[in-house]
Amino acid sequence: MSSNQLRQRVVDLYKTLHYMGREYPTGSKWFHDRLKRAFMKNVEETDPQKISKMCDHGDFVVKELEAMYSLRKYRAMKQRYYDEQDEEEALERLRQLKKLATNPSRDQSKS
Amino acid sequence: MRVLVGVKRVVDYAVKVRVKPDKTGVITEGVQHSINPFDEIALEEAVKLKEKKAATEVVAFSMGGPKCQEVLRTALAKGADKAIHIEVPDADASKLEPLHVARALKKIIENDKFDAVFLGKQAIDDDANQTGSLIAGILDWPQALYASKVEPDGKYLKVTREIDGGLDTIKVSLPAVLSADLRLNEPRYATLPNIMKAKKKPLEKKSAKDLGIDVTPQTKVLEVSEPPVRQAGGFVDDVSALITKLKEKGFIKA
Repeated sequence: MSSNQLRQRVVDLYKTLHYMGREYPTGSKWFHDRLKRAFMKNVEETDPQKISKMCDHGDFVVKELEAMYSLRKYRAMKQRYYDEQDEEEALERLRQLKKLATNPSRDQSKS
Repeated sequence: MRVLVGVKRVVDYAVKVRVKPDKTGVITEGVQHSINPFDEIALEEAVKLKEKKAATEVVAFSMGGPKCQEVLRTALAKGADKAIHIEVPDADASKLEPLHVARALKKIIENDKFDAVFLGKQAIDDDANQTGSLIAGILDWPQALYASKVEPDGKYLKVTREIDGGLDTIKVSLPAVLSADLRLNEPRYATLPNIMKAKKKPLEKKSAKDLGIDVTPQTKVLEVSEPPVRQAGGFVDDVSALITKLKEKGFIKA
């Protein structure tokens, strides 16, 4: 990957995360501040391999955010419109949510 | 199979809804709006059918004020091929009823051939739960409501429905009306690149007046009020105080 392509990848990643952060539960400002800090922290990085690795991690965070948003919506709908009949399913969803909730904080370590 | 999917623009599910001081409705100005979550599920099912080559085209439909175009763009980003917007002035948009939407859908289907109409089972704003049955009645098409599984089978759709205390599997002949329940699928996320691409997809705008759809309301909202506020609980100092309180209320025997 040429440095130009890599640069584009970082920019795209930033744009995607910025776009997704608009609906972050704790507020877009909270997310955007952290996002910028995370990127600025590694602004001096020049090793293409390291940058590419950080981008991979960023892509992972994007996937995590997607999963969290869809689960959040599912749970909200379920809570409003359905009785929690099957406890087991509810608990399983909760476990997944907990797992996800601990993950987005990791985005501070990326590019 | 060409699928028409109804998407409604509603106040976003995560927003805390506030009632207007004059109790005529809820505050919608300056409030985040999005696609009705159940319509999102219906749309996802149509797009999935298209990816499985069971459907040839997915057309998103919305009726309402000019801002409905936002949700149609999102629908296009999520995989719809085309969008149709039936525009009504903002003043009338809040008074639209399921019957008006059903009539508008009928007009569209008269002008253009569709094999199925997919809708969410209900919208999260008025919770009317009527559009699906109304359109099926007006068109005299079979209906498969509250679908939790859809399997295309030639000229039929095999649909598993969620009913009280169990599941109901039916086979409906196409053309048919289908409404989506929560567990039908997991809607995809409208990614940024797809939102950009959606700007180039066709969006047809028609006004309700030109189509000859009468949007005179049949019902009148008398009052909208907030749910009763839950009373705050109190703290007790220790276990003996708790037991005294419980005894007072008669929850435990002396």
